Amino acid sequence: MKPRSLWKFSAMVAGFTFYLLFNEPGTAQAMHIMEGFLPVGWAVFWWLAFVPFFVFGILKLKKMTKDNPELKLLLGLAGAFTFVLSAMKLPSVTGSSSHPTGTGLGAVMLGPLPMSVIGSIVLLFQALLLAHGGITTLGANAFSMAVAGPFAGYAVYKLVMKLTPREKLAVFAAAFIADLMTYVVTSFQLAVAFPAAEGGVLASFLKFGSIFAVTQIPLAISEGLLTVLLWNWLRSYSPNELSLLKRETKGVESK
Amino acid sequence: MTARWRNGLMLLVVILLVVLPLLFVNGDFGGADDAAEGAISEIDPGYKPWFKPLTELPAETESMLFALQAAIGAGVIGYTIGLLKGRQERQKPHDQKN
Repeated sequence: MKPRSLWKFSAMVAGFTFYLLFNEPGTAQAMHIMEGFLPVGWAVFWWLAFVPFFVFGILKLKKMTKDNPELKLLLGLAGAFTFVLSAMKLPSVTGSSSHPTGTGLGAVMLGPLPMSVIGSIVLLFQALLLAHGGITTLGANAFSMAVAGPFAGYAVYKLVMKLTPREKLAVFAAAFIADLMTYVVTSFQLAVAFPAAEGGVLASFLKFGSIFAVTQIPLAISEGLLTVLLWNWLRSYSPNELSLLKRETKGVESK
Repeated sequence: MTARWRNGLMLLVVILLVVLPLLFVNGDFGGADDAAEGAISEIDPGYKPWFKPLTELPAETESMLFALQAAIGAGVIGYTIGLLKGRQERQKPHDQKN
């Protein structure tokens, strides 16, 4: 290793040591709001907010696969990645477990809209079979994980690509932000539904948010790294496929 | 650093991020889901969930389904990577001829 990367590495190790030593163990929630844990009004509200994205997502998917059947392969890959990552409940520094979302990769490869369909399929599976999340709260959970996360990740990818030519950094940032954003939105959803008696929505948001952020940051880093790993893998076997997709995405945008 | 080195290093960091909390943090790493109940009832003690999950599977079955979910995903990823690799290898001798 070069001296410079050695320095970086030791700084990282020192940072994590500090982080782990001074973090108070606590409890946090999963990102999925549990069945029945949103009041009826809010459950309906988030369902209504989510449905348009789902419909546009389906239309986009239909158009994409019709224009370019090759994309089905990458679509399956994006879905599979979300499937794997959201099944991994990882222990985190706060002493509780949570899981990554896996939506960043798909958002970068296919754009954010298709992920609203893929993400909600994963959530439905977990709600029905695993009692993880729920049907009444599916609208809210899908909005945070399948809409807000991918859109934020996609935006960050675009931004980083505009500022620097470093694609891997952009992919990492997209996965990291997509993961974190999901939890920020979940905190917000819980905060508006359960404002604190003192301090209202903001106090609740800070309470939920501070618990989430600390639990989720290491997981978001893991997710970012795993996404870049898969990205590298894809790159080495298929420079074609990914650039094909890029052309496709660019074409759709310019229309 | 070569690409292989970097990939290995990234994998190592991911593993460390999982293992270090287990070693150094005293927590029960319990289901984060159940803690949600606590946080909400702290803010609003009167709140009652108005809908129950449709299925309540035993914990063992649930963990099996989580494993199944991961296995299906991993299988599809493996298939796709394999397919891409195979395609690339078929392409190579073809390219060299031209």
